[in-house]
Amino acid sequence: MPSLPSRRSPANPLPESRPSSLRAGGWSEPVVHAEVGIAEPCFEIDGFSLWYGDARALERVTMRIPRGRITALIGPSGCGKSTLLRSMNRLNDMVGSVRVEGGMRLGGDSIYGPDVDVIQLRKRMGMVFQKPNPFPMSVFENVVYALRVDGVRDRSVLEEAGERALRDAALWDEVKDRLNASALGLSGGQQQRLCIARALVGSPEILLMDEPCSALDPIATSKIEDLMASLRGDYTIVIVTHSMQQASRASDFTALMSYGHLLEIGTTSTMFQTPRRPETEDYIRGRVG
Amino acid sequence: MLWLTGGALVVCLAMVLGLVGWIAARALPSFWPGRVVALEARDGSLHIGEVARVEDFRLPAAAVAELPEDVRAGLVPDDDGSVWTSRTLVRTGNYDLFDSHYRWIDDLDLRVPASGDVRRPEEVAVVERMEWGRFYGFPVLAARIEALEAVDEAGRRSEVQSWSASEPPDGAVAGAQVSRRSADGRQVVRFVRADAIQEDDRTVAFAWIHEGSAAAWDRLAAWVPAAAAQRERIAELRQREVGAVAARLESARLRRREAEILHRPSPAWVAAHDELRAARASGDEAAIARASRNLADVERDFGPVPPAFLRAVEAAEAVERAAEAEFAALIEQIAAIEARASREVVHFATSVEGAEKTIRVLDIVRAYPANRLALLDRIGVYLARSGEFLAGTPREANNEGGVFPAIFGTVLMTLLMCLVVVPLGVLAALYLREYARQGPWVSLLRIAVNNLAGVPSIVFGVFGLGFFCYIVGASIDDLFYAARLPQPTFGKSGLIWASLTLALLTAPVVIVATEEALASVPRSVREGSYACGAGQWQTLRRVVLPQAMPGILTGAILAMARGAGEVAPLMLVGAVKLAPELPFALEPPFGVNRSFMHLGFHVYDLGFQSQNSEAAKPMVYTTALLLIVIVVTLNVAAIALRARLRRRAFHSTF
Repeated sequence: MPSLPSRRSPANPLPESRPSSLRAGGWSEPVVHAEVGIAEPCFEIDGFSLWYGDARALERVTMRIPRGRITALIGPSGCGKSTLLRSMNRLNDMVGSVRVEGGMRLGGDSIYGPDVDVIQLRKRMGMVFQKPNPFPMSVFENVVYALRVDGVRDRSVLEEAGERALRDAALWDEVKDRLNASALGLSGGQQQRLCIARALVGSPEILLMDEPCSALDPIATSKIEDLMASLRGDYTIVIVTHSMQQASRASDFTALMSYGHLLEIGTTSTMFQTPRRPETEDYIRGRVG
Repeated sequence: MLWLTGGALVVCLAMVLGLVGWIAARALPSFWPGRVVALEARDGSLHIGEVARVEDFRLPAAAVAELPEDVRAGLVPDDDGSVWTSRTLVRTGNYDLFDSHYRWIDDLDLRVPASGDVRRPEEVAVVERMEWGRFYGFPVLAARIEALEAVDEAGRRSEVQSWSASEPPDGAVAGAQVSRRSADGRQVVRFVRADAIQEDDRTVAFAWIHEGSAAAWDRLAAWVPAAAAQRERIAELRQREVGAVAARLESARLRRREAEILHRPSPAWVAAHDELRAARASGDEAAIARASRNLADVERDFGPVPPAFLRAVEAAEAVERAAEAEFAALIEQIAAIEARASREVVHFATSVEGAEKTIRVLDIVRAYPANRLALLDRIGVYLARSGEFLAGTPREANNEGGVFPAIFGTVLMTLLMCLVVVPLGVLAALYLREYARQGPWVSLLRIAVNNLAGVPSIVFGVFGLGFFCYIVGASIDDLFYAARLPQPTFGKSGLIWASLTLALLTAPVVIVATEEALASVPRSVREGSYACGAGQWQTLRRVVLPQAMPGILTGAILAMARGAGEVAPLMLVGAVKLAPELPFALEPPFGVNRSFMHLGFHVYDLGFQSQNSEAAKPMVYTTALLLIVIVVTLNVAAIALRARLRRRAFHSTF
């Protein structure tokens, strides 16, 4: 790892040293590492832009999310990484005054096309949120919720799928005796893994995780990271995180965003060891953001 | 700040507790059997009754001057010659004899002031009657009348003799009820032993007589419960059996009327047919023949009536004939029971010389020796009266008896209201909060809904009467109950319209509470559901509503509290002073169109519309307390339900 000269000094405080592309405005072509291009894409984003009213939150984001791998989205607060994630299953539709341009494809199927059934689309994806958000029902009903709303009534199918999802989420041993207890009685870490199990129950093609550990303590966080490692290969995961360590520990690919732009995307090891853009270097060294 | 906030809470609590405590303090003792005092006036007259209250007043100088010399001597007048003294309101009862229930008695008129050591006669009886209110008197004898027919002068004495030879009831002697001219020339009816019958007595009836106060008390204790059973039997016959026959008659009339509406016979035919029917009923051969000819003429002129109609009319008439026969038999049966039950009487003397009273045991609800009752017996009377209050029907223009129909009406109306307002309000709130596009129009609508809560309730009453009763109800009558017109079925005030009106009145409460509850469900939970591929309605039904349920139930509880205590609109849309039937039936329309009694209206009626306001006063307090208790009970039940739901959703197992 090459040693880089520190740009931070007391005489030269942070704002002035911030590279121009980590500031608002100014379009620059993102740097895409070759490994990203080689991997088989699960999810493709093509020149996607998004406005909240008049404020642009994303601008011409283009990236491919490799199948079966974990892709971390990092960037300073407000850079649009959560917005991008929520655009992927069209949760932003719920917010009035949202306007988009460009497109996305899940396994080749358009997401923003004119005749898309959003509900069918969401059934092909799973999502885990910042704060654990279990529903006010039993552990079991939480897990099989996606199947229930899909109209599955067969008890044995539900039980089998529920158990599999809970095992995948490494929660089965902890809750197998209290499947009928309210999910709101679980601990925060258990609730978050329950939410992961809930997202996994329909065998989604892609799992979207929006800072899933930000409300958890270090032990619960490490359990979630172990869980992600165990899911690697079977599931495609996109995780938004604020923690450099988490991104470097848990992900295969890392994408850096800033002010609605994608700056650089590559394998996690190259992004953290030999980033091509100075802004990336600054950010992952903790000099900005 | 702590003192200000705490002080405000203390003031609020003090007002609430003060009100409830005041009502409770007035209500709870109202069934307690008080002691009966005998107040002796200076002119020698005696007032017997229960002390209702005592108050001080100023006797003006002119009235003081009219007092006897010896009374005036003991007084210390003010500068203007007036005197402060006190007077006592005594419940003297015996309305049928004295034309009043209560009487004010001045202390200055009494030999011993009411606050002093007054006499409490041991033998005095308090009698609660079906009619005429309380009776205070001294039981003289009890009698059982054996033969009601008067016997002519010659046969009289021998008849008594031969009859008294038969086995008398325990401790009874043979005697008769006689009509006798008293010393002051009035004709009085009294019971005498057989050997005390005088030459010029006119015998009214023969009777077994239990002489003396002790024997009379003994008989009262034995006969009053039996009389209650007979009363119940008569009431049941009247209500159930006679009611059933009346219902059959009514339905026959309705079928006939329906047939008339369907087949439209000419008025001439109907008139001729009715004439023939009347003639047949009278049995006059000539009239029957004339009417038959008339009917044949009409049928020739206007054409024959459809056979289906004729069959319907004949069937209805057959039912009517059968029902009328049954009716007569029932009336006879009731009369027989009543006659048999009327034979037992108790004769009382009163505080006034010559004012005596014979009371049928059948008319006695309860009799007790007020001044001889031990504590346990008094508690027994208290409990019996409380039980009658809760489970009985009103009598004496609602001043006495129970309020069960009002309890029933209040609870049923409130529950029906909840059944309407909760789904309606929740759906409206769901639309406002979840489906409608938020904007100025929805805000305006929300403000309008909130303001609806501020509309005076009587306005809702007027609206309910105009819209529900006279438009919706009348339309229902036209469509489904045309045969009963012009008698309205739904086109009048009734339980269902009262419930709907109150549902309208309380809808804002439910809507606002539901909106708040929906807004408090975190966005992240909804998004979690959407992310699972749930649609909007699925998200609402499976995730949002369960989480909002405690808040929604809070709204329902508030609505219920508001609705149960509301009176003003009910006066227009259904509550009545006295409802002949409970608003409930097994056949459609299940009695929901009937008028009903309501505790809140009962309070108003007793407090402000009663002829006998003093006697109504304790009932006002007791009924108000009961209404509060019922509202609290309904609320506690709803709160328990909410706690259960909350526990189920958030803590324990499903």
